Amino acid sequence: MNAPIVVAGAAMAGLRAAEQLRAAGWTGPITLVGSEPHMPYNRPPLSKEVLAGKASFDSLAFRPRPDVHDVRWRLGTTVVRADLDRQVVELDDGETLPYRGLVVATGMRPRRLPCPGPVPGRHTVRTLDDARGLREALTRPGVRVVVVGAGFIGCEVAATAIALGAAEVTVVDPMPLPMAGPLGELLAGALLGRHEQRGIRFALGTGVTAFHGDDRVTGVALADGRVLAADVVVESVGSAANTEWFEGNGLDLSDGVLTDEHLRVGGRPEVIAVGDVARFPNARYDGVPRRVEHWSIPTDTAKHAAKVLTAHLTGTDAGLAPFAPLPTFWSDQHDFRLQSFGAPALGKDDVRVLDGDLDGDVLVGYHHADRLVGVVALGGRAAAAAAARYRAELLKQPSLIA
Amino acid sequence: MQVVVDMNKCQDHGQCVFAAPDVFRFDDEGRLAHVAAPDESLRAEVEEAADVCPLQAIRIED
Repeated sequence: MNAPIVVAGAAMAGLRAAEQLRAAGWTGPITLVGSEPHMPYNRPPLSKEVLAGKASFDSLAFRPRPDVHDVRWRLGTTVVRADLDRQVVELDDGETLPYRGLVVATGMRPRRLPCPGPVPGRHTVRTLDDARGLREALTRPGVRVVVVGAGFIGCEVAATAIALGAAEVTVVDPMPLPMAGPLGELLAGALLGRHEQRGIRFALGTGVTAFHGDDRVTGVALADGRVLAADVVVESVGSAANTEWFEGNGLDLSDGVLTDEHLRVGGRPEVIAVGDVARFPNARYDGVPRRVEHWSIPTDTAKHAAKVLTAHLTGTDAGLAPFAPLPTFWSDQHDFRLQSFGAPALGKDDVRVLDGDLDGDVLVGYHHADRLVGVVALGGRAAAAAAARYRAELLKQPSLIA
Repeated sequence: MQVVVDMNKCQDHGQCVFAAPDVFRFDDEGRLAHVAAPDESLRAEVEEAADVCPLQAIRIED
């Protein structure tokens, strides 16, 4: 049987998995199955350059490595079921595909608010088609925008909307500060001020209870009794893992697909998970399995997991230490960038300004048990470069596991 | 192997510098500089640098 490695999901993680399987020496067939009609593309510009009208699809599309020229692409097709005992997946067009190896790369979809009211006028920003639709809505004159969710994407969208000339942009979140979950209160407070200076309004410490309007949204009702007038609502309230197709195999799918320290799923060496759908332990930190939605994770996970899967299928030993990526993320908002290395969220209780000050370019260190576990820069290019200088130190830190 | 960087796209994230320090570096002004025709033995490094560029600004031409 010359069954392929089937990659379920054909976005960045699926593409990187295919490329890394080739790099690891897998010469057999590979089939990628992806729901979107588009070839894999880069998502960070969706909330910024695409909304601002500065990026075309051609500039977003990844250029696949040459050695995946022979993979089979099944775009506009969704995997609807997997039977791990029989080693087959079923597609929404009725086809059943046997596999020798299976890569779970189905990613996430945006959560929606379960509030009553009309749906038209409400947007999310996950796919290219989402971003195109939102851009059209944001470029109408005098538009009033309510962004629900003060995380990175919500704040990026708010910044882009005000730059596009929206009449009002208000960000709503039940937490008292934007982005405090990943960044802690010190930087979150500084970020709130910077957004307000640039015209963004915030309704914090309150949630959305309903949407007003007949056939489309005209307002957003808040738990504190206020109603915000809105022509456009952007829901940026987190994401849900696309794992329904994977049910029925007795696996832990409570938040993504649980993997072992080598990204293998359910004790099956022929099944791996990559990208933000994978919930993996990071040996660099506390070993607790977590999903990670950073841009670099599809590439990091693909590189490790492809070696593991290829070694299994070819009967060799991958000889790898447990997966232990150094997290890194960034966010561009208005004219400033946040650049993070390490795991600031694990050191939020001991935050120290390492350089600069909170009104200008600043570099902040996050500590756990007096050890530096993360650095975040806020400001211009020089601040980001300063953060990068701490990267080697973060890489050298021993595991937090006692 | 020729390495081409679209400097109109580059936003100085520096991920390429971490992935392939023999090929990419920041100059004294903080601008990205790179070796245009690196040795073939560095191909894997350069491919990784191209992969990790958030702007997809790095291209390999043979």
